[in-house]
Amino acid sequence: MTSDVAARHRLPVPPQATALADEELRELRGPSALGGGGRRFLELLWLVASTDFKKTYYGSVLGYVWSLVRPLMLFGILLFVFTQIFHLGSQIPHYPVVLLLGIVMFTFFQDATLNAVVAVVSREGIVRKTQFPRLVSPLATVITKLLDFGVNMVAVVIFLFAFGVDPMWTWLFFPVTVLYLLVLTMAVSMLLSTLFVRYRDVGIIWGVIATALFYATPVIYPLQLVPVKFQHLMLLNPLTPIFVQTRSWIIDRSAPGALTTAGGWLHLLPSLSIYAAICLIAVWKFNRDAPGIAEAL
Amino acid sequence: MAQSLVVGGKRTIPEKARSAERATEYRRRFAHAPVAIETRNVYKRFRIPMNRILSLKERAAHPFAKSEFREIDALHDVSFDIRAGEFFGIVGRNGSGKSTLLKILASIYKADRGRIRMRGRPAPFIELGVGFDQELAAHENVVLNGVMMGLTRKEARRRLDSVLDFAELRDFAHLKMKNYSSGMLVRLAFSVMVHSPETDILLIDEVLAVGDAAFQEKCTETFRRMRKEGRTVVLVTHDMTAVLENCDRAMTIDEGRITFIGDPDEAARDYLRLNFETAQLTRAGGDGAVPDSHARIIDAWLEDEHGERLASLEVEQPIRFNVVLEAFDEWIESKLGVTVYTVGGVQVLGMERPLGKHWVVAKGDRVRFAGCLDNPLAPGSYVLQCTVSRRRSEDAVRAVQALDGFGFIVYGTDAVPGVVSAHGETWAVHEGGAGG
Repeated sequence: MTSDVAARHRLPVPPQATALADEELRELRGPSALGGGGRRFLELLWLVASTDFKKTYYGSVLGYVWSLVRPLMLFGILLFVFTQIFHLGSQIPHYPVVLLLGIVMFTFFQDATLNAVVAVVSREGIVRKTQFPRLVSPLATVITKLLDFGVNMVAVVIFLFAFGVDPMWTWLFFPVTVLYLLVLTMAVSMLLSTLFVRYRDVGIIWGVIATALFYATPVIYPLQLVPVKFQHLMLLNPLTPIFVQTRSWIIDRSAPGALTTAGGWLHLLPSLSIYAAICLIAVWKFNRDAPGIAEAL
Repeated sequence: MAQSLVVGGKRTIPEKARSAERATEYRRRFAHAPVAIETRNVYKRFRIPMNRILSLKERAAHPFAKSEFREIDALHDVSFDIRAGEFFGIVGRNGSGKSTLLKILASIYKADRGRIRMRGRPAPFIELGVGFDQELAAHENVVLNGVMMGLTRKEARRRLDSVLDFAELRDFAHLKMKNYSSGMLVRLAFSVMVHSPETDILLIDEVLAVGDAAFQEKCTETFRRMRKEGRTVVLVTHDMTAVLENCDRAMTIDEGRITFIGDPDEAARDYLRLNFETAQLTRAGGDGAVPDSHARIIDAWLEDEHGERLASLEVEQPIRFNVVLEAFDEWIESKLGVTVYTVGGVQVLGMERPLGKHWVVAKGDRVRFAGCLDNPLAPGSYVLQCTVSRRRSEDAVRAVQALDGFGFIVYGTDAVPGVVSAHGETWAVHEGGAGG
């Protein structure tokens, strides 16, 4: 009888509540760039990037063709202009391949950064209503474009063989240049996406700058053809060493690498410093702004 | 003015006893539950730019132009505890800070000061379906949402079937989100939320405002189940019915401050009070009356036939109101009235009586206004407002003031459409329709 009464008065502690009793009270740290743990961040980054990638490929019948056609069109036009009108091609071994690889690499940088400008703002609904790691948005657009880049590289490899470039052991260094380019692209994307939250004309301004950068980077011409006084100026562009080095490693071993072109480490230092500065500023700014992005939108 | 009515044979439990009963029940269930959310002195200030520089071009043109801000204190030293397994309601008017608080709890906003600690993992979103991408198919969205909640992609895919089944949308799994009807979307979103055993703390903003009756029923049922499972739920809402039905405790918040925390019934009343404190003046007092401030309420209450104070009425139980007023100024040719509103601000019924030509209420005098109204109100939440109008001595203009009395709840077993119930209805069905 008494046990019956006791049973009736026993506290019905809910199962989840008892499980929670063992857990610690953890301090809430608020929204942040990575928000909610590294694993979740990486899972989300990959999922968002790959679904975006799929969207462009399954969205239209010509999805794959389109992403290839754009750089190829540009390639065709520039190839015509610089081989038939300016006769630049004849001075440079394997010029078409140099041009195509350059265009594919620059297209990656340009498309990724231009898309990243609106990356955070276009996910406004998610950013304002969910605990979405802020950094996922700009980085996912970069990863999506990296996948595009990988697809475009297939065309580049076909051209490499078609134009009789012999395989070289330095091809193994290609991932290094891609990584160098990727990190810079991510940093610029982070910077642009946070700037856009406040300044809505960033997209237009960056469009102009990106076009200027296309001509300020040795994509359509090798650096050696540039007057020496401008060469140093161009070497300040953190993209320049990547393109110079890639040509040397992938297509033409006789072409000077970034180090030789610059004339030693010391002359390469300004470019590397600018590269490092962009990365550091991007990380600092994004980290500082991330908690307030939801309110600023 | 005062009608007498017999309350026939129905047992009415005094309000005090009912809330005491609930308090005991609350203590019995949660006294030993660990604290799930601990909020201490949370402070949040929004800086709203007055002349926002929206472009880099302008910024470059005026490099040293100071942006001016209007500062709004959204939350002011908010401290409270929620115990594990509790169903906790947060109510308040628009702009009271309740959604801001929820967003801070969900790590969407950052508190400027104060500390929040949680036991267990909170759900990362506060509204149904916000993580959905219109361009993606339903099944992709479900996986994306799962990953947002902290699952791996593999785990999220494994859960896919049960989510789709619960939402009854298996046949539409490959349909793009943009082709979903709003009802389907809500069902899917709700199903995703329900199927998140990893989240210990659910933070929900106005979930019940969406969906049809069948879906609402499903919501209610699911909430009941979640309570059983012992999950902590924080619900921000305007819907007092949802608070009264689901919540173990509720909190009212106004202008960034907690005004009440505890019994849901009382929180609902507190909310109604807040809601009508700033309500407009009524049309009482006749055309051309100007708003005025010449009285204040000392006390206002409902009572039963024995004079016992009540906070809620059973259906058909007469509305016996009492308002004690104090005059700030001289009242000449004054009229007193009461109006009953729905929470939505619709005037349902009321009355107004002149005090008589020669009755002048002097400054500082007190007046007790009591009466009884028939109660045709359907179950729901209502507010009683008192109006006082007078002929101003200085310019002979009729001036009116509306004063908030109190909110109250009418409860009953049968749900009826509308705000009044038709007592003593008669009906017949005739064949042919042409009449006699």
